[in-house]
Amino acid sequence: MDKEEVIVAKKLYKSFDKNHILRGIDLVLHKGENLGVVGKSGIGKSVLIKCIVRLIEPDAGEIDVLGTNVLECNSNELNELRKKVGYLFQGGALYDSMSVRENLFFPIRRTQFRDKKLDTEELIERSLRSVGLLDAIDKMPSELSGGMKKRIALARTLILKPEIILYDEPTTGLDAVTSGEISELILKIREEYNTAAIIITHDMKCAKIATDSIKIMDEGIFKVVGTYDELSRNEEKEVRDYFI
Amino acid sequence: MYKYSLNKINYPTYMAKINVSVAKLRIRGKPKMKEETLTFYNGVFIDLGELVLFTGKVIKQMFQPPFEFREFIKHGFLLGNKSLALVVVTGFIMGLVLTMQMNPVLADFGAQTLLPGVIAVSMVRELGPVITGLICAGKISSGIAAEIAAMTVTEQIDAMEVSGTRPLSFVVASRVMATTLVVPILVIFADAFSLFGAFLAVNVFEETSVTLFINRSFSLMGFVDLLPSTLKTVLFGFFIGLIGSYKGYTAGKGTESVGKAANSAVVAASLTIFVIDLVFVLITSIL
Repeated sequence: MDKEEVIVAKKLYKSFDKNHILRGIDLVLHKGENLGVVGKSGIGKSVLIKCIVRLIEPDAGEIDVLGTNVLECNSNELNELRKKVGYLFQGGALYDSMSVRENLFFPIRRTQFRDKKLDTEELIERSLRSVGLLDAIDKMPSELSGGMKKRIALARTLILKPEIILYDEPTTGLDAVTSGEISELILKIREEYNTAAIIITHDMKCAKIATDSIKIMDEGIFKVVGTYDELSRNEEKEVRDYFI
Repeated sequence: MYKYSLNKINYPTYMAKINVSVAKLRIRGKPKMKEETLTFYNGVFIDLGELVLFTGKVIKQMFQPPFEFREFIKHGFLLGNKSLALVVVTGFIMGLVLTMQMNPVLADFGAQTLLPGVIAVSMVRELGPVITGLICAGKISSGIAAEIAAMTVTEQIDAMEVSGTRPLSFVVASRVMATTLVVPILVIFADAFSLFGAFLAVNVFEETSVTLFINRSFSLMGFVDLLPSTLKTVLFGFFIGLIGSYKGYTAGKGTESVGKAANSAVVAASLTIFVIDLVFVLITSIL
């Protein structure tokens, strides 16, 4: 693929006590690509994407995001870079003391406070329209269902117009219909915002709909790589297990 | 080497250092009790070091825009409002009880006229600030710790961090500034109501006018009494907010860590109040 590389991670290592989670993993994400990362629970998928935005510090390795060496950034540079990388948390991580409108307004208010001409109301409405939840604008997070929370969290991520989005199990805990809707939404977001994405998931239906290629993670590295169709034809047991 | 971000303290690294120290002791054949003691003290010093770094970052955030004036006002009002009744009642009872206890002692020496002054000095210089500080450590510091720990557990702090919104400024600095302002105000209320309690108690023994009581109260007090006690309440407020925030910010991932954070915030903040008080008493006695 000749496309521009937006994330390059090389030889990443991360251990917690004696538990070696990442063991020299390599990852490349290209512009406009939706990459699925699949693996068993506790294998280190979330640790990998948290290392990419330095929510977790890797023990060793190199991470380059949008041409910037993440591990050598100071806090201001890191904050600037993080504005270009959206992160959708597993539980949504909405600020429960704020309404939906305030949740979406918060990142703008904190990061673009110098831009007086910014039409924040228009931005908020556009983001909510993108996830189909404009009606929920004045609700509190406690009034929302699990699926709605994830959509609002995605809208909050979109408000800063990121170039990359990291999805941490976007369909976990949702029913089949809502999971399907979220998977379709991930695709729609790519079209609308021209983003690249890493999608951590257990849900092969989500992987089928939303990803261009899938990497299966095991023992701290990627063991198998391919498109959904290629992997579905793979006869190896460690791959077949994901399609049962 | 790149820096570690404060909210993600690398505990495995610290624990590895502790384990090395413990292993050295094992090689020398020291008893197990020593190992546990060493681990505990290592933990305390690591915590202290982290708190110092955290303090530096929070102070830096206080001077970086955007300034969260609304958050500061909101927390100041909420924290002060919620603690006011408790502080006022405690102050009133302290003044009342102290007067009733002191009156017979001073009467033995025929020094009853000194009673308002003695109560005023002891309340304003020592008891008012310390007791209000301890109440705030229990109520405000634990509340802040639990609130921020809950945000940490539900990944709200991570969500702020990852969108470049600097949660240390929004979540922590606004609360620390609020407690720094609110605690001295609460101490003033506690002092005032303790003197009111003392006035009522004095009137039980002998009829005293308000003017006479106030004159006698302030006859033994000077500027030297007010300045250090006011300064130390500012520090009490700062550390009550800071320690609560630190414990919440560095809470673990499970829900039980919310309770642990609140609990350890109360212990640490209370201890800090006594240490600050001791330092101030030593300094003022030297001066």
